[in-house]
Amino acid sequence: MSARELSYAEAVREALAQAMEADERVFLMGEDIGVYGGAFQVTGDLVHRFGEDRVMDTPIAELGAAGVAVGAALAGSKPVFEFQFSDFATLAMEQIVNQAAKIRFMLGGKVSVPLVMRFPAGSGTGAAAQHSQSLDAWFAHVPGLKVVQPATPHDAKGLLLSAIDDPDPVMVFEHKLLYKMKGEVPEEAYRVPIGKALVRREGRHVTIVATAIMVHRALEAAEILSGEGIDVEVIDLRTLRPLDTQTIIESVKKTTRLACVYEGVKTLGIGAEISAMIAESEAFDYLDAPILRLGGAEAPIPYNPVLEKAAVPQTDGIIASVRRLVTGRI
Amino acid sequence: MTQVTQETVAVSNLRDFYRHFDTTALRDALRRMYLIRRFEEGAEEAYTRGLIHGTMHLSIGQEASAVGSCMDLRKTDYITSTHRGHGHCIAKGADPKLMFAEFFGKEEGYCRGRGGSMHIADVESGNLGANGIVGGGLPIAVGAALAIRKQKRDDVAVCFFGDGASNEGAFHEALNMAAIWKLPVLFICENNKYGMSVSTERSMAVRNVADRAPAYNMPGEIVDGNRIEDVSEAVMRATARARNGDGPSLIETKTYRIRGHSKSDRNRYRTKEEIEEWKARDPIGHFEANLEAFGILRKDEAEAIRVAAEVEIAAAVEFAKGGTDPLPADLMRDVYTKGAA
Repeated sequence: MSARELSYAEAVREALAQAMEADERVFLMGEDIGVYGGAFQVTGDLVHRFGEDRVMDTPIAELGAAGVAVGAALAGSKPVFEFQFSDFATLAMEQIVNQAAKIRFMLGGKVSVPLVMRFPAGSGTGAAAQHSQSLDAWFAHVPGLKVVQPATPHDAKGLLLSAIDDPDPVMVFEHKLLYKMKGEVPEEAYRVPIGKALVRREGRHVTIVATAIMVHRALEAAEILSGEGIDVEVIDLRTLRPLDTQTIIESVKKTTRLACVYEGVKTLGIGAEISAMIAESEAFDYLDAPILRLGGAEAPIPYNPVLEKAAVPQTDGIIASVRRLVTGRI
Repeated sequence: MTQVTQETVAVSNLRDFYRHFDTTALRDALRRMYLIRRFEEGAEEAYTRGLIHGTMHLSIGQEASAVGSCMDLRKTDYITSTHRGHGHCIAKGADPKLMFAEFFGKEEGYCRGRGGSMHIADVESGNLGANGIVGGGLPIAVGAALAIRKQKRDDVAVCFFGDGASNEGAFHEALNMAAIWKLPVLFICENNKYGMSVSTERSMAVRNVADRAPAYNMPGEIVDGNRIEDVSEAVMRATARARNGDGPSLIETKTYRIRGHSKSDRNRYRTKEEIEEWKARDPIGHFEANLEAFGILRKDEAEAIRVAAEVEIAAAVEFAKGGTDPLPADLMRDVYTKGAA
């Protein structure tokens, strides 16, 4: 089959359409996802194809609407909920953290909550501190939730379809800067498994574990570093919970060095978890250098474009840090 | 509020409630009210004797609200409940034996000992769960009603909540969405005058929770929550409206919890006189007197119902004591549906 390219946003939309075609229980909820097409035009024309009952505009009421999605999931529907910006999920944490994540457990396994929530996340759009956060690690800290973070159009479609199949609540973090990125996307309704990281580039000297847009910056950095004789392995984490520890451990045992690159605030972020996991694992004895974390600054995301870039890892910074990590000891 | 008095009306003037339900259903309603009362007393006793841990929120005094709301519901209708949810659970059809097993933390309990008092639910009877978060069940009930409509069923979702929850944002968001989408949901506010220790006078800008209904373009009805016939008739009107596709309703049952908020309550915010005044308005005594006055139940039959409730609760406690303790090795079970991290 010849390669067909879609943008990340188109890939998400195709997954939503295929899921709704395949299962009449699936429906979409969110703010301005109907005729407006979604703030980032992800749902686009779906309201015209599936009608307002299946592509439901909600009032601006994140807590209540999230709870409606939880209740609908409990009663046999399969809602896919779009937060307009991931930041607005702060208004809905009660329903996500206390209800969706725990109801199955609290009720002794008598029910499931087949709920998918989509979170447009990340900085780089000049929208400043309340529209640019990367809060994925918050959600990954909650047992009962699954958290995925697709980095490519291919994975955006495949992970979303897996999320909709899943009987438990799955949080899907989509980086806003990736929505226009093009990539190969098969037409059929394929699945990318939840809980599996992917080695995007093989290398011998250092492992970079990256998420979302940082996967692409890490790959750019790896390409440039290869010209200097530094051979970088890049792992796209893809799922934050459940974490694919084995893929990371095997990689670190091979390369003997680890860098974690992510956009969320560095302290207590996903990099801390991966670092600690490696320190506790058999890979620890193989390390030839301290573990490196490159994460978001300990500050809100600023408006000024120069400051905004300075607040999260950029390709040049990744190159410099990884070069130091590798050349410092060999 | 009108004082509860024994009605002595001619049978020909019987209210709809006593005509709508047959003798069996009316006696069963009384039985359930006694079952709730004895259940709460049994739970309290077990707690005091150190047989169960944690905390609990007793609904003694609120039995008419729970039973009156549920007695005309179907098994396929949903309820969402509150931290004060034992009565709702029994009223919707749960087995006290399995509820006590849950209180004792046993595998035989409704939640296999994982939920306890605050999350008790008999899912089979349409109970989507008590809730430890004030207002947590409000949007969930709206979502259940949305699913009902998507599945083209004519069931309803009944959302129990308290006066305190009506000050939460979730209440306002839930009522608004239920109204704009005309969903089959009943919001039943059990106004027992206090959100923990703070009175409605101190916490609400309006006098009644039902006064908030017009803002969401739905009927708001106030009933005496200690009179089962008042509660039931209002709920039947709202249920008919919901099943007919005419949208949600808000019903405020004015009632009172005779016990404190929870086991930590020292009753510093209310007077003994107030508690005694409400004890005199006992919903069970009122209903039983009516059933006798209307010739639906003899005194000896009422006594038999009381005794049967006591026997059933005593047996339930014994059943729970003999239950199986969960194993630490099973801690991770049911965090996810399929085994995952």
